[in-house]
Amino acid sequence: MDAKQSAAPMPPESELIRIPGAEPSSRIDAWWGLFIGVVGLTIVLVIFKPDPYARIVQFVRDGIVITLTLTIVSFFLVLFVGLAGGLGRLSKNRLLRGVTTLYVEIVRGIPLLVQLLYWYYAFPSIVRTLGASLGIPAMADYRANAIGTAILGMTFCYGAYMTEIYRAGIQSIPKGQLEAARSLGMSYFQAMRHIILPQAVRVILPPVGNEFISLLKDSSLASVVAVTELTRRGREFMAATYMPIETWTMVGLLYLIMTLFASRLVAWSERRMQVER
Amino acid sequence: MDPIIQIDNVHKRFGHIEALRGVSLEVDIGEVVVVIGPSGSGKSTMLRCINRLEEYDSGHIIVDGISLDNAKNINAVRTEVGMVFQQFNLFPHLTALQNIELAQKVVRHRSSESARATAMELLAKVGIPEKADAYPLQLSGGQQQRVAIARALAMNPKIMLFDEPTSALDPEMIKEVLDVMLALAVEGMTMVVVSHEIGFARAAAKRAIFMDEGLIVEIGPPEQIFSAPVEERTKLFLSKVLL
Repeated sequence: MDAKQSAAPMPPESELIRIPGAEPSSRIDAWWGLFIGVVGLTIVLVIFKPDPYARIVQFVRDGIVITLTLTIVSFFLVLFVGLAGGLGRLSKNRLLRGVTTLYVEIVRGIPLLVQLLYWYYAFPSIVRTLGASLGIPAMADYRANAIGTAILGMTFCYGAYMTEIYRAGIQSIPKGQLEAARSLGMSYFQAMRHIILPQAVRVILPPVGNEFISLLKDSSLASVVAVTELTRRGREFMAATYMPIETWTMVGLLYLIMTLFASRLVAWSERRMQVER
Repeated sequence: MDPIIQIDNVHKRFGHIEALRGVSLEVDIGEVVVVIGPSGSGKSTMLRCINRLEEYDSGHIIVDGISLDNAKNINAVRTEVGMVFQQFNLFPHLTALQNIELAQKVVRHRSSESARATAMELLAKVGIPEKADAYPLQLSGGQQQRVAIARALAMNPKIMLFDEPTSALDPEMIKEVLDVMLALAVEGMTMVVVSHEIGFARAAAKRAIFMDEGLIVEIGPPEQIFSAPVEERTKLFLSKVLL
């Protein structure tokens, strides 16, 4: 190193490391560009070609509400199932560990579509047969509620994925943290609540965000179990008008707007967590 | 008066390895005991058995009159026994102050004001009151370890266990931690210290213990253990450590 070089002023810290996509600002730009493009295209189509695009939006509007309801309700339930499952997977109790492991392995191995069909068609039939043979009228007359079944099915399935995310997140916290907490006299659950989980949440936030976006997209599968969500309404519109290109272009754009918005929400909460440390 | 720690013929194995092969030790109230020995000799395992961070396979341990053989007593004992770790194990998502306050509130059910007052007092005692609002990663190793000591002291333990408290520290930070420990010893805290800091042992300890292969090989006053050990294995180990 010569004298001239070492005498040169240090570049500002912001210029020292340049990892593409690492700077929040560049992420914002990419996202805003896409978001504006997608929203812009949607608005242009609706305004300049109201027939059929405005008609489609009008037609599927209630479906959007149901898609969002399905996704958000399921997601909150999934957060709890995943926490319980993750703790179960890490439990010292063999039975608890066995049951949760079995749950994860079974659910992961069956397509969500098949699971939803099972909950909607097979499960009520089982309940009715059981109710009839046991002489319980409430069970014998059981009929599946479409939205309830879809929420149940999606929660059951995504709960298994979330279980694994929680498990990995909790395991990523060094063992010394639990030992330190326990050595101060905290119970296992106090240590989890105050020490392990607050740290694990930071670790699992990105994969949890991905699960939310996946769940939003997979809620379209609920269309096969008589839930009139966005995809189902799209199919109904297409059946009535036979305009496949227009229908599915619009439905695709609507999903894209929702998922882009969700991914922004995830990035925002990630950054907030980091600042909070 | 009964010894505050009674360890009686404790065995512990990890798979095929016998970490403790019948360890017995009694520690009196106010006594400082320093444990030395090669790595894998069982000294950390013995220490961790005293607050049951490690379960033992057989034998008995009684701490402050409470038997540790029964798992139900674990938390009762742990609130009486403070522990300081080699890797500090501070909670990285909490400030120094919050690290010291948390267990006081959650375990001891103290009010926020009283927990805070105790925490500030202890931070002053370990010499870093100005670091109250710093997060662990903003502190040096020596400062982190002093916060960890304050965190343990906040529970008003009757016994303090130190598991190689200075082994992960840079040389210039060892003294600041040892000074805090020395002050504790002078105040009459019962301490079991796994450490190879011979100077500290000579200054603070009443007894030094040499462990090897899961057994206590030799116990005696530090002067005797370090200057005139009786056992061959102690001599061999010290010749490697002291040079």
